[in-house]
Amino acid sequence: MALRQCAIYGKGGIGKSTTTQNLVAGLAELGKKVMIVGCDPKADSTRLILHSKAQNTIMEMAAEAGTVEDLELEDVLKVGYGDIKCVESGGPEPGVGCAGRGVITAINFLEEEGAYEEDLDFVFYDVLGDVVCGGFAMPIRENKAQEIYIVCSGEMMAMYAANNISKGIVKYASSGGVRLAGLICNSRNTAREDELIMELARQLGTHMIHFVPRDNVVQRAEIRRMTVIEYDPEAKQAQEYRDLAQKIIDNKNMVIPTPITMDALEDLLMDFGLMDEEDESVIGQKASAEA
Amino acid sequence: MSTMTREETAALIQEVLEVYPESAREERAKHLTVNDQEVEQSKKCITSNRKSLPGVMTIRGCAYAGSKGVVWGPIKDMIHISHGPVGCGQYSRAGRRNYYVGTTGINTFGTMNFTSDFQEKDIVFGGDKKLSKIMTEIEQLFPLNKGITIQSECPIGLIGDDIEAVAKQAAKTLEKPVVPVRCEGFRGVSQSLGHHIANDAVRDWVLGNRDEDTSFVSTPYDVTILGDYNIGGDAWASRTLLEDMGLRVIAQWSGDGTLAEMENTPKAKLNLLHCYRSMNYISRHMEEKYGVPWMEYNFFGPTKIAESLRQIAAFFDETIQANAEKVIEKYQAEYQAVINKYRPRLEGKRVMLYVGGLRPRHIIGAYEDLGMEVVGTGYEFGHNDDYDRTIKEMGNATLIYDDVTGYEFEEFVKRVKPDLIGSGIKEKYIFQKMGIPFRQMHSWDYSGPYHGYDGFAIFARDMDMTLNNPCWSKVQAPWLKSEEAPEAAVAGA
Repeated sequence: MALRQCAIYGKGGIGKSTTTQNLVAGLAELGKKVMIVGCDPKADSTRLILHSKAQNTIMEMAAEAGTVEDLELEDVLKVGYGDIKCVESGGPEPGVGCAGRGVITAINFLEEEGAYEEDLDFVFYDVLGDVVCGGFAMPIRENKAQEIYIVCSGEMMAMYAANNISKGIVKYASSGGVRLAGLICNSRNTAREDELIMELARQLGTHMIHFVPRDNVVQRAEIRRMTVIEYDPEAKQAQEYRDLAQKIIDNKNMVIPTPITMDALEDLLMDFGLMDEEDESVIGQKASAEA
Repeated sequence: MSTMTREETAALIQEVLEVYPESAREERAKHLTVNDQEVEQSKKCITSNRKSLPGVMTIRGCAYAGSKGVVWGPIKDMIHISHGPVGCGQYSRAGRRNYYVGTTGINTFGTMNFTSDFQEKDIVFGGDKKLSKIMTEIEQLFPLNKGITIQSECPIGLIGDDIEAVAKQAAKTLEKPVVPVRCEGFRGVSQSLGHHIANDAVRDWVLGNRDEDTSFVSTPYDVTILGDYNIGGDAWASRTLLEDMGLRVIAQWSGDGTLAEMENTPKAKLNLLHCYRSMNYISRHMEEKYGVPWMEYNFFGPTKIAESLRQIAAFFDETIQANAEKVIEKYQAEYQAVINKYRPRLEGKRVMLYVGGLRPRHIIGAYEDLGMEVVGTGYEFGHNDDYDRTIKEMGNATLIYDDVTGYEFEEFVKRVKPDLIGSGIKEKYIFQKMGIPFRQMHSWDYSGPYHGYDGFAIFARDMDMTLNNPCWSKVQAPWLKSEEAPEAAVAGA
């Protein structure tokens, strides 16, 4: 099977890292060989697989060694649950330096060192919240991830983010092979959430690949730095992630997304009662004036 | 007068523009004009200080070049860190020939390159820790430095390093001025913005340092030289004239300048400004804050020197004014001898210039003293106040070109056929290969000084030896010569 490279995007705090690690554990259980590349200075994309707080990152080790050229692949590549290979790009503390450049440097290093040439079925890039600069778009440039999955929920800001990320994908899709492969709904238990995300997916030209229900077992597993699949293989939630994994294996639905206008998005939110009709008479009115 | 008429020059500009695509042609047309001395404000005929067009060969530099190379670099007893990757500092090292007195590496550092040599990890994790470590090392290795400046290269602005915080901390620890300069190369359209940013850094981090310090004993005759740059020793050839007049030069920025002199500058009675473009901002500031007047002067060629000396003297009492006349008289025999010797060899020769800063207008007088005519001139990074000052210096119907492109300059030269071109290193070999005598007018072609009466003698000699060099009659292959000039071939045979 040819190597499939997938990138996971989505609003910050939506559960990208948790979802990615759980579904990757599902893939591993199904016998797939997978690598996770964490593209976030926080370096928390592999902790559930490695049972560690945070693994040594490529950029940290490069800074210690002097330059990135002084590093060897085995220094940065750790193997965890289900033989999943884990690397973290790492980056600076908040407020200094350039995290985007860190992602670029780390991915270039992995390519040069042949991390992708090993016998792999899947690579998953777990990318921080927003594509704020070129560095965080690195995983979806030419010859990198071809499939993008957006994690979202039935909340307004999560859907805004999904639409914005789709706009970013259009830019790269027109010049390369990158495609939107689906929305993963990580449920927040809002009303008619599945219908809402299915409708958003339809308008974006894609599909909701899976609806992951909310379940406290995810948190219980996380406290133990484990995925649900490893912590409690019998749990209902473990099966949800297995289903997601299987759907990704079978997924053939790759599209250039059709991002929608702000107005269309607001109409959608209003239809589902997440937003009220705009009352122009109250704009700019202070509480004291309204009383 | 130019040998071309106004109509011919205008037609030449149109013809040269012809090759551009429409939008480029419209844009470049605004930067090329036929000189008309009647025009009061240059903005009516020429546009300047605009972004160069993509695809053309421009001769400009960047903001870093303006700050590090021009304003700050020549302060000899400070260490200037080129903060960022190694290339900017190394390729600009010691290129401008700002001469200085001192022992390099001990108490002066002008020709050395200090750089933070950015690597990937510095971009990703930020360069602030490295920067403060460098400054500690500088203090250990070069304890006689009087202060440090941080010259930002492009990446510093991109990753947003807080160099001001590092500078303040280091200044406390080292008990010396540490000046952060935000002169990232991508800022502005040329080196010009770098001058302004560097001037602002002087204002914010240096100029007020001795406001409370009364230990400096000033005299009524204290003047400073700003924007001279001491290329090949220019400042010394200028300073001696001022001192002969009875003035005291208390500071000479940029080119043998020191930090202490810079700090004492507000205590002067008059700031003398040679390069208006690079130092007018700080001169205006000192006029506003300290009430120090400033005036532009021009020490190229005896005519302009005499004019300038008299103007400078007019700021002072009659003794100084009488001294100015004496200085002019004292040097008269000397410069007259230079003119007598070289004018017959250079009379009527036509020159085209394309330089930076002040020279596109300042050196016109020196050529005219030798009987030569400047038939085309332009600035790399001038603004319209520079062109205002240029229109009067140039003859009617001569060519004026702003931020000239490589193509335009070559085409103009092919048609105007000047006897001499004065420009920079990038132009030198192109025109020499075209068989046209050429002098570098940024570095004085490794000669100099050209300022003052002493400099004029060297200037005249250099122009003569370039222009009348016998090599120019040998540049054409004999078999080509016969085709182009059959009469000469017959005469030769």
